[in-house]
Amino acid sequence: MATLTDPDKESFKLSMLLYDTRYRSMTIQVIALIGFVSIVFWLISNTITNLNNLGKPVEFGFLFESSSYDINQRLVEYNSRDSHLRASFVGVLNTLVVAFLGCITATIIGVFVGVARLSKNWLVARIMTVYVEAFRNVPVLLWIVLAMAILIEGLPAPKAFRGENATASLEVFDSVALTNRGVYVPEPLFSNGIGDVALFGQSSLRFSVSLDLILIVAVLIASFSVSGWIKRRANRIQDSTGDRPTTWHLRLGVTILPVALVLWMLGFHLGYPELKGFNFKGGTHLRNSLIALWLALSLYTAAFIAEIVRGGILAISRGQTEAAASLGLRPNRIMNLVVLPQALRVIIPPLISNYLNLTKNSSLAIAVGYMDVTGTLGGITLNQTGRELECILLLMLVYLTISLSISGVMNWYNNSVKLVER
Amino acid sequence: MKKSFVLGTLAVAGLAAGAAAAGTLDDVQARGTLNCGVSTGLVGFAAPDANGEWSGFDVGVCRAVAAAVLGDAQAVEFVPTTGKTRFTALASGEIDMLARNTTWTFSRDVDLKFEFVGVNYYDGQGFMAPKELGVSSAAELDGATVCIQTGTTTELNLADFFRSNNMSYEPVPIETNAEAQQQYLAGACDVFTTDASGLAATRATFENPGDHVLMPEIISKEPLGPLVRHGDNNWGDVVRWTLNALVTAEELGVTSANVGEMSAGTNNPEINRLLGTEGTLGAMLGLDGDWAKRAIMVGGNYGELFEDNIGEATPIGLARGLNAQWTDGGLIYSPPFR
Amino acid sequence: MSDQAFVRSEIIEEQTPPLTAFGLVGWLKSNLFSNWFNAILTFISLYFIWYVLSGVLPWIFLSVWNAGSLSECREIATATWGDSHGHACWAVIKDRWIQLLFGFYPSELYWRPILAFVLLLISLAPVLYTSVPKKIFYLTAVYPFILPWLMWGGSVWAYVSALLGFVLGYAIVRYTSEIVGQLGAVILSVIGAIVWWLYIGPLLLSQGVGAILPLALEPVISRDFGGFMLALLIGVVAIGCSLPIGIVLALGRQSDLLILKTISVWFIEFIRGVPLITLLFVASTLLNIFMPPGTNFDIILRVMIMVTLFASAYMAEVIRGGLAALPRGQFEGADSLGLNYWQSQRLIIMPQALKISIPGIVSTFIGVFKDTTLVSIIGLMDPLGLSQGIRANAEWNGIYWELFAFIAFLFFIVCFSMSRYSMYLERKLQTDNR
Repeated sequence: MATLTDPDKESFKLSMLLYDTRYRSMTIQVIALIGFVSIVFWLISNTITNLNNLGKPVEFGFLFESSSYDINQRLVEYNSRDSHLRASFVGVLNTLVVAFLGCITATIIGVFVGVARLSKNWLVARIMTVYVEAFRNVPVLLWIVLAMAILIEGLPAPKAFRGENATASLEVFDSVALTNRGVYVPEPLFSNGIGDVALFGQSSLRFSVSLDLILIVAVLIASFSVSGWIKRRANRIQDSTGDRPTTWHLRLGVTILPVALVLWMLGFHLGYPELKGFNFKGGTHLRNSLIALWLALSLYTAAFIAEIVRGGILAISRGQTEAAASLGLRPNRIMNLVVLPQALRVIIPPLISNYLNLTKNSSLAIAVGYMDVTGTLGGITLNQTGRELECILLLMLVYLTISLSISGVMNWYNNSVKLVER
Repeated sequence: MKKSFVLGTLAVAGLAAGAAAAGTLDDVQARGTLNCGVSTGLVGFAAPDANGEWSGFDVGVCRAVAAAVLGDAQAVEFVPTTGKTRFTALASGEIDMLARNTTWTFSRDVDLKFEFVGVNYYDGQGFMAPKELGVSSAAELDGATVCIQTGTTTELNLADFFRSNNMSYEPVPIETNAEAQQQYLAGACDVFTTDASGLAATRATFENPGDHVLMPEIISKEPLGPLVRHGDNNWGDVVRWTLNALVTAEELGVTSANVGEMSAGTNNPEINRLLGTEGTLGAMLGLDGDWAKRAIMVGGNYGELFEDNIGEATPIGLARGLNAQWTDGGLIYSPPFR
Repeated sequence: MSDQAFVRSEIIEEQTPPLTAFGLVGWLKSNLFSNWFNAILTFISLYFIWYVLSGVLPWIFLSVWNAGSLSECREIATATWGDSHGHACWAVIKDRWIQLLFGFYPSELYWRPILAFVLLLISLAPVLYTSVPKKIFYLTAVYPFILPWLMWGGSVWAYVSALLGFVLGYAIVRYTSEIVGQLGAVILSVIGAIVWWLYIGPLLLSQGVGAILPLALEPVISRDFGGFMLALLIGVVAIGCSLPIGIVLALGRQSDLLILKTISVWFIEFIRGVPLITLLFVASTLLNIFMPPGTNFDIILRVMIMVTLFASAYMAEVIRGGLAALPRGQFEGADSLGLNYWQSQRLIIMPQALKISIPGIVSTFIGVFKDTTLVSIIGLMDPLGLSQGIRANAEWNGIYWELFAFIAFLFFIVCFSMSRYSMYLERKLQTDNR
């Protein structure tokens, strides 16, 4: 709102606060601010009065008391003598695990289903439509509970593996046990391991990282960068001479040999699950609660992602495909070089919000007893200590941090692939 | 915006009615209904039927208090609460009393500022396992997978029990009793632990109850009872003595069948005091003389409530055990009405 | 000329296409067996369909409808089919379906939620379909006051008074804005409406007219609400209330006023950053603590408030999308006509932005409606919560799949029809724009 005439500076009247567009916005803002601040102040003062009446002033000391409960699924060591803060940390890690796993599988399934819905095969397209509609139109909580029920009722109990006439047996060369208590898969073990490094000393956030793992990852990164350098060198030679040297055997060797060597030196072997006593022992145990939650969340979110992917592919106009074809590109190169890069720009923003939704929906873990941060900090800790305000504040803070980080990272990525528009 | 304003005014109107009086007893009488917190559904203790009518052992206590205070056993609003919401519902005044198989513990009484008015069921945490598992004692459970219902003291007791016995276990936390039951039956856990009464009630509903054994160990004390907010002693007294009236009625042989004829006067002065034909006990509580008589008439005395809802004649089939009258070797004992 | 051996002198008769290119066979060939890969896919799909249906169909149709308890169901199933597994026990649905729909709402008053629902559909009709007479908009305008009256009951005058407050506020804006300017008129109308609600309205209507003509419905407390009615009610109230809040937030987020913009952005990002379940925890455990001491309003109202806040943040983003989709020319055109901010919003921007946003609004509604199942976690008797209550009864203890199947089916019907409607709308709007 540019004013062309110079306003008379002397003539400020109080009524101008209401009528003059230059000052009116200030008036509105000040009213809004006063209103907002007074509401916040009112809420806080009510809270303080009420808490004082209840005799529960806000304090976070309870976090350092012993939690006294056990958590089954955990990434870091923990026992019932550890503090509530430690239990919450275990919960946060569990939330992150299921969110991470869920996002990956949801993307894979979603892309697959989205493409399959466009399939020329009528039957396949119809099945995918039924899948998408069924999952999009039924609450996710129901799917989580159903997934858990199906796992529990559908898979054999460990006792079915026992005895002479066992009714169930291990899968995949006797290495994977599918039971209704969870899935046991072989775990990697190192007989000459170089140990762990413990971080954060004795604090509640302590965790240890396996040096073996770090070593392997480091070697892998090094091999991949060498392999990349070989590829770039081949490109250079191709650009200058027109002949591309054969590099695949070199690159394969560079990628595989060092890791194999390191694994051999560390004494790598697999630990297989074995039925001992009540349960399988050995191997990595993925609890049913984790699998049910993971499965339900990824299938549910995948239905949404499928629609996004389908929409993204359909959004690319036929002209693009035809123009690429007229340039003489082969169909798979059209897909890779023309359609997908453009479709990705349409797909990524809604994809981010679906990742966020999945992460937030993982808070429904309490329905199946998976101890995520809602189950520990917002569940048992809240119940046992009776500190609702503190627990829920912390809980919101955790989710807010996770959400903002995801959307931050994703927005950064989105900006980096975005078309520069006028 | 429009509707939120309407709801807001609704809320304000509701407040004006609710927040006027100071004591809970006055509030309840002014309101004409008792807000009683119960569980969202526990066999034998509290469950709604097809018509939305609640029944059960805990529900019986609520109805007795409503009858004593308001003269109408139906004037109860049952507020289903979960393990998480029960204490805040009580603390915030949303409910007047909580009768939801809640264990009386030091920290709940002292730190959370509640007042347990008595014990209506002496319970303890036990274990149930399928017979074919071949386990006869909880001491043999090293390495077992245990189903527990979260949000209660049971998971704390369980952690303590296994820790003090140097055994390992795998907890499977489950939100509701119904889910826990399903997981246990499917073999997703080896043993199921909760209060012994809950175990018995759950077992009673199995297709083949005989295939499951309750282990002899009781690993905790779980005195369950109704509770009210700290600080309102008058209301606490009303609930406490209503419960005591039910207990005393059983001890003195007053039942729902004979309370009418006994209230005409008996040779036993304590019965007379209880039923208001002698003395002014009701007036001391701020009620009329017939309060106890009405409370007993609703569902009978303590023993009748027990037998009708969870006793041996019901599918749940709990024996009186610890919950027999002290004269029969149990722990149920009411201070005298004098 | 003569070295040509053959010249066709007449046109050949039109021939039927080969058998494999039309009809059933042609369709099969082009849609299912166009190449070997597709043929394999078709066979895999057929096997998959057979596998699923062979498990589910007998369960659904070879089932027990008349039984008083689960054990009775099992006996009947064993007697009929020799096996109690693999046969649904729909008797539980037959026994409890009314409860799953209405919760504990008094059975003689079922006409009220039904009427409210029918009126909802009628009052939505002019918004949803263009071919409906516009007069119904008057019903739409008063519906927000009819709904709570029908559901909660009580005296009609409280709601009439609330409605008149808005009418009064609107009248003040309408007639005083030329005298005191627009902002002044808005401030006046807010003050006027509040004075009306707090003092004049109750005195005049509730006590004055209400005493002469007591037009009241039997009150129903919200704790008796349950089942699908509760889910639908929370969804409708949340969407209805969140629409205006969402518009305000979206405008705030787009505005040049720094403070308003900051508040809006923080609010939206905060609500969207936390799961609904934490907001429901706030409703169930904290909201009473935030209110003045002694305040106590019931849990369903608290849940509605939190779900409304939740929905309004999402709604704000949907409407912001609608605003962003409008070409800049519309804003500039409105400015060049000399319209002020509110005029241009009301007459030019919002009608178009809201129209574009309707599919988004519908899908937000579907999302909120599905999310109402979360209230079972804080102990409200929505369908899932009721299913726990039902299973806690001695007769139905142990029943599982039937209840979930029924609940999922009902949710599916409602959400699926809404999403179909929103797709229809999207197609319609697309053709409009081209």
